[in-house]
Amino acid sequence: MIGAFMGLIVAGVLTALGLPALSILVIALIIAVLYSAAYGYTVEKIAYKPLRGAPRLAPLISAIGMSILLQNYIMLAQTPDFLPFPRLIPDLEFMAPYENFLATSDLFIIVTSISVMVALTLFIKFTRMGKAMRATAQNRKMAMLVGVNVDQVISMTFIIGSGLAAVGGVLIASHIGQINFAIGFLAGIKAFTAAVLGGIGSIPGAVLGGLVLGWTESFAAGYVSSDYEDVFAFCLLVLILIFRPAGLLGKQRAQKV
Amino acid sequence: MAAANIATNLKKSAIAALWLAFLTLPIIVIRVDTVEKTVTWRWMHLVYMLAGSFVLAIAWHFMMDRRDRGVAAHKDEGAESQSKLARWLENPAVARPLMALGLLVAVVFPHVFSMYQTNILISALIYVVLGLGLNITVGLAGLLDLGYVAFYAVGAYAYALLNHHFQLGFWTVLPLGAILGAFFGILLGFPVLRLRGDYLAIVTLGFGQIVRLVLENWNAFSQGPSGISNIARPGLFGVSYTVDQATTYIYYIMLALVILTIFVTARLKDSRIGRAWLALREDEIACQAMGIDNTRAKLMAFALGATLASLMGVVFAAKTTFINPASFTFMESAMILAIVVLGGMGSVLGVMLGAFLLILLPEYMRAFSEYRMLIFGATMILVMVFRPQGLIRAKRKVYKINTEAA
Repeated sequence: MIGAFMGLIVAGVLTALGLPALSILVIALIIAVLYSAAYGYTVEKIAYKPLRGAPRLAPLISAIGMSILLQNYIMLAQTPDFLPFPRLIPDLEFMAPYENFLATSDLFIIVTSISVMVALTLFIKFTRMGKAMRATAQNRKMAMLVGVNVDQVISMTFIIGSGLAAVGGVLIASHIGQINFAIGFLAGIKAFTAAVLGGIGSIPGAVLGGLVLGWTESFAAGYVSSDYEDVFAFCLLVLILIFRPAGLLGKQRAQKV
Repeated sequence: MAAANIATNLKKSAIAALWLAFLTLPIIVIRVDTVEKTVTWRWMHLVYMLAGSFVLAIAWHFMMDRRDRGVAAHKDEGAESQSKLARWLENPAVARPLMALGLLVAVVFPHVFSMYQTNILISALIYVVLGLGLNITVGLAGLLDLGYVAFYAVGAYAYALLNHHFQLGFWTVLPLGAILGAFFGILLGFPVLRLRGDYLAIVTLGFGQIVRLVLENWNAFSQGPSGISNIARPGLFGVSYTVDQATTYIYYIMLALVILTIFVTARLKDSRIGRAWLALREDEIACQAMGIDNTRAKLMAFALGATLASLMGVVFAAKTTFINPASFTFMESAMILAIVVLGGMGSVLGVMLGAFLLILLPEYMRAFSEYRMLIFGATMILVMVFRPQGLIRAKRKVYKINTEAA
């Protein structure tokens, strides 16, 4: 949501300044990502860091509080209504023959998401920070003992996660063409559903989960009724959690005490 | 040393204020109209933001210092310390007359104040019961339920539909609604038995959304977004009465239900199942190892919470005589959760206080009504960071063994 709004604002200012379309897209995307990342960093400092080591309910509740706070902040500072989002992605000429089944914006979205996925996988697998992240996810205390700066790692995950959310926000906003302050809420739940569906902690899993979720929604909307699109998404989530809590690609792990 | 501390705090606050101002700059200052391609710059907002966040940051650091010192002091003391307010309220010499006074005020309220005030108080009382119900699931059993409002909707729609189609009266539907609520509670409880933490929160949230979406879209069943109107008010042995009297009547019904709920939840808390819930909240595995049936305890918590919500739904439908799905959004769930969190998870008195504060304050401060949800969100974060036990700390009953007599 923050990403989409930042994109909108930057794009609006730049359009007023009269820059060419492609440079607007790139600049808006970069600024949206940077700002969202900064927001993620700040949110973590305020609502999560002071609660490290608190009972497990505490960070959850403060996270919900933060989500309500941010939504209402955007609503009050900008507008409670839907805002038309400019088409940031220009139609490229070589795409003209295929436009009927693949518009330039679709291509751009596919290419961007695939490159982000690859980059993220490489980052998690091969960099020092990625390794530290995996260690922290497995066992925070052990990671601390072997010298991982856990606070820094968690900050970093928030920065990266928020930045990626901004990419998604700008892309989906320019695809759909309108935004409002509440778009992030459903997107957040669906992102969680996709991650759980694929198996928490696995990037290919999250990709697969996202695809399965998207297909389920589209087919359900097409064959049953588009009114119940979101109902199917939630039902899928509930079913997955009941029958395969580890997700499609996750490993069932025995619980240790 | 104290002066140096204050100086560093001021410096930190200034940095935080600058950072926040930088963060919020584009969103609060610039406003774009994409249709007419105009940009409005509102620089005054930035000044407010700078000043506001500076003050907030100072308060934040001050509270943080206090919290850290409090933690250190707590470790030395060992014993649980109680706030003065709680200790004062514990004292039976104060508590009994206070309770009697509260009851007296509550009983004469509709005869002294206007119907408008009574109506506000009825909604506050509804939220007291909703808060106490959610307190069972979240506060006692530690199961974060973000779809709580779904059960509220179940009760409201149960009454509305049964009344609409079969002309069933309020008193017939009240127990039916309770049973239906319990049924839905168990229906939700079964699939989520194995889940905990974030997973549980998200699934319950999804459940709440499913219920709302179905109500919104299944026109043949629930009349969709336009809702159901002309729901009958509660009957009084066939006596007819005016709208004014109806408000008073519903007020007394609500008062009775509140007292019943308080009694039930307060007794439940120290009962066998109540202690099982607390154990479940603290540590699920240890709880199971102590021979507590986790499944049963969890389902009980869900079912009881849902029953209370459903009862309130019936009362709500009878009070407003009109319901539509817009009354049962996620924000409603979040508000009930805010009540429980602010009041003090697990504390009956705290939840009541939280409900009155969060429902009555916005009602009497209409000027800030735009900022209501903003403040709720901030409250939830601040309470969790600085006062996780809420306004009034839940007290565990302590059993003393009299060694001399033994």
